[in-house]
Amino acid sequence: MLHLLVFSVFGLICVAGAINLLVQRHPINSALSLVVVMGSLAVEYLLLGAEFVAAVQVIVYAGAIMVLFVFVIMLLNAGVEERSKGSRVAMLFGVPGVLIGTVLVAWVLLARSGTGNVAVGALPGPPKVIGWLLFHDFLLPFEVTSVLVLIAIMGAVVLASHPGSKQPDKREG
Amino acid sequence: MVPLSYYLVLSGILFACGVTGFLIKRNIITVFMSIELMLNGVNLSFVAFAAQWHALSGQVFVFFVMVVAAAEATVGLAIIIAVYRTRETLNVDRINLLKL
Amino acid sequence: MTPNLNLWLIPVLPLVGASINGLFGKRFSRQTVLAIALGFCGAAFVMALWIAAQFSSLALPHVENLASWIRAGDFQVDFAFYLDQLSLVMLLVVTGVGLLIHIYAVGYMWEEGGFYRFFCYLNLFMFFMLTLVLASNYLLMFVGWEGVGLASYLLVGFWFTKDSAASAGKKAFIVNRIGDFGFLIALFLMIKHFGSLNFAQVFRIVGEMPAETAGAGLLTAIGLLLMVGAAGKSAQLPLYVWLPDAMEGPTPVSALIHAATMVTAGVYMVARSHVVFDRAPQALMVVAIIGTLTALFAATIGICQTDIKKVLAYSTISQLGYMFMACGVAAYSAGIFHLMTHAFFKGLLFLAAGSVIHAVGGEQDMRKMGGLRHYIPWTFWTMTAATFAIAGFPPFAGFFSKDAILWKAFSSPYGSWVYWAIGVFTAFLTSFYMFRLWFLTFFGEYRGEAEAGHGNDHLQVVGGSRAGAPAPLEHGHDGIHESPKIMLIPLVILAVLSVCGGWIGAERFDKFLSPALHAGVTAYSSDEVAAATPAPEPKEDGGSEGLLTGISVLAAASGLFLAWLLYQRRPQLPQEIAHALGGFYEAVVHKYYVDEIYAAVFVKPLIDGSTRILWQGVDRDVIDATLDNSAEGAREVSDAMRHMQSGNLRTYAGWIAAGAAVVIAYMVWTGTR
Repeated sequence: MLHLLVFSVFGLICVAGAINLLVQRHPINSALSLVVVMGSLAVEYLLLGAEFVAAVQVIVYAGAIMVLFVFVIMLLNAGVEERSKGSRVAMLFGVPGVLIGTVLVAWVLLARSGTGNVAVGALPGPPKVIGWLLFHDFLLPFEVTSVLVLIAIMGAVVLASHPGSKQPDKREG
Repeated sequence: MVPLSYYLVLSGILFACGVTGFLIKRNIITVFMSIELMLNGVNLSFVAFAAQWHALSGQVFVFFVMVVAAAEATVGLAIIIAVYRTRETLNVDRINLLKL
Repeated sequence: MTPNLNLWLIPVLPLVGASINGLFGKRFSRQTVLAIALGFCGAAFVMALWIAAQFSSLALPHVENLASWIRAGDFQVDFAFYLDQLSLVMLLVVTGVGLLIHIYAVGYMWEEGGFYRFFCYLNLFMFFMLTLVLASNYLLMFVGWEGVGLASYLLVGFWFTKDSAASAGKKAFIVNRIGDFGFLIALFLMIKHFGSLNFAQVFRIVGEMPAETAGAGLLTAIGLLLMVGAAGKSAQLPLYVWLPDAMEGPTPVSALIHAATMVTAGVYMVARSHVVFDRAPQALMVVAIIGTLTALFAATIGICQTDIKKVLAYSTISQLGYMFMACGVAAYSAGIFHLMTHAFFKGLLFLAAGSVIHAVGGEQDMRKMGGLRHYIPWTFWTMTAATFAIAGFPPFAGFFSKDAILWKAFSSPYGSWVYWAIGVFTAFLTSFYMFRLWFLTFFGEYRGEAEAGHGNDHLQVVGGSRAGAPAPLEHGHDGIHESPKIMLIPLVILAVLSVCGGWIGAERFDKFLSPALHAGVTAYSSDEVAAATPAPEPKEDGGSEGLLTGISVLAAASGLFLAWLLYQRRPQLPQEIAHALGGFYEAVVHKYYVDEIYAAVFVKPLIDGSTRILWQGVDRDVIDATLDNSAEGAREVSDAMRHMQSGNLRTYAGWIAAGAAVVIAYMVWTGTR
């Protein structure tokens, strides 16, 4: 009972945050709504027993990625969204399409699904278990993703570097 | 005891909001954030399934998704900065030429 | 045991000559070209003579198989050659007269451009004609048939830069093709019903079939269709219209192809197929009627023509009509006899006419000639011999053959006095117009203009003229002059043949040909085969034959008298008669407007239909429009589709979302069904 209640509350907060993201016109407000969404999602993870994931969600997602977003918004001085000619197709086909798709999936899941119930804290909790998996069964993906992150960093540095500082290098090189 | 489908519906709603944001929003950074929202929705469904089947690999997958999302966000934002430098605009509709 | 005579060499030798001249002739000197052409043609003639020499020792018919051609199940056609009396006669005529005309043409065409091309075509013609004559099955004969049509087209349109010549060549070929269509259908019928096109087999099968006296049947159909082909090739009604136009070609061509050999191919074919015709009396009757009417019709046109070659052209049509009349009363040997003598005197007439034209510098209008007998005596005397021959005066060659035809037309079981009467009247007309030509050309005062300069009726590249002022050439002769010896020698030889060629006599000729022409005849009584003289018929005996002969000689003499009267004695009479006859005269002068009628009834609708229906309707509006419209449609579709590539991110995302929704919907639908 409590489980359901907590789930509903934080689920509602999630959805509210998501909708707020859509509604807000200034990107910074959208960013902050997204943080709210991530926070409530972390609670949902906790309910499911995935403590490590919840922690990583808060630390990495909300704490690093969103901060990055906020920094960029600040850097680029993104202002209020201006009105511009939208895409007719997106409006006409896209949004209704998404709505229809979601409704269909939801209907299928709610009305027909034979999936069972999930208990609170159903997942084994300690990070030790996850660590074991990471370094034994998923070692290769783990290493690859670390390389990926490295590449991403380098790429970001290259892409975002000021063109003025690059050009003298080109001329000399 | 919450039925799994509730988690999945929540995940679907989040995903739908992300797609809608992608379609509606004009600021490219906001579009990016909608992508992150989509990813979060997907993460939720991964964990939910992992919980039902008692399979830890679901969680590990979420971990990887987050890492990749981080990398993607990094590179994407760098690109946005590069585009902003030449286009002077963050409006998605104005960035419609392949040539810079 | 049949000795191998290498019959195939006879056609192939001229073919080799044609190939050499055609491929390399441009670089040869004229002497080399003529040596090659005359050499190979002469070789064929020598071979023909050699075969004639050993003819009596051969078992006939002598068939030689060169190579197999078509083997399609039971149907089989080979490159095989057939020698019997009929083909021997044709062979000698074609090679002999052909060689003489080749020699003449050397002189005639000496200053022409395209010398090597001319002789290449002439040799090519010889090849096809010899194939036609020696073929042992209808298909190979048809190859020769078509080939001579091709050679005729090439040679008539020899001066192809001249519009009228090119059109005449086309007309000849196209009208021939109409006849060939009938021939082809006959061949198809033969294949279907007899399973073979080989003479031996067809004649054997037909020989066992009864005569179709009760009505029209298969054999009548075949016979009529073969006659259609013959009418096209041999210029009978209604397909004769190409022959007068074919006079656009050089005169040796007219002599060889349109007098002596090609046009006689139809007669040869009918004679060869006598087995079919003997059993199809209706077809025979049609042949006789066509022949008779054509003879009369062409003769009436001939009397009003003013161009010397056109008179001879209509005369050819008329004489061919005689040959078909003969075949139509089942007197095939008489027809072939006349074919042979006609080759002599008509060939001579054309060659002599060429000599006349050459002498007066290209003028062909007889009204501008006259009194030429003093200037060109050799030409005059040879042409005189030919004129008397064609008119049918004894003892010249034409008398014997024409008389044989007229007698058979009267007395044969298929004949009737109507044929004979029309034949005699036509003989009168023939005599009249030939002597008219003779008087106009050689007697009286010279009415032309060619005193200075020496032109020919050929064309300088920049449009020549035929009426009067020719351009002087390098070896400028002056005045009217005799032709060079190389042109005169064939004239003399042919003149001798025109005089003596008939002395073999119709009966001996008939006896010689009878194994070829009467084998397998059942409709004919056996008397005809046995007797050397005309058998006792239900009609008169030898006495009446003498009477009829006398009448035809009288007709010839009357023609001569009338021509003398109108053109020598009282030259103003023709004009008065023409005035008196008024409209009828106009019609005859305009050849009964047949060409105009054909143009209006057949040609114009065809052209209009082709333009409006096939070109504009089908080609332009359907085919082109389809292509254009499909291209246009593709362009429009891509024009519409182009808007998908807008570069707008949200548009793409919208499409993706919509597509995903469709897929989800489909999955849900199939999942819940």
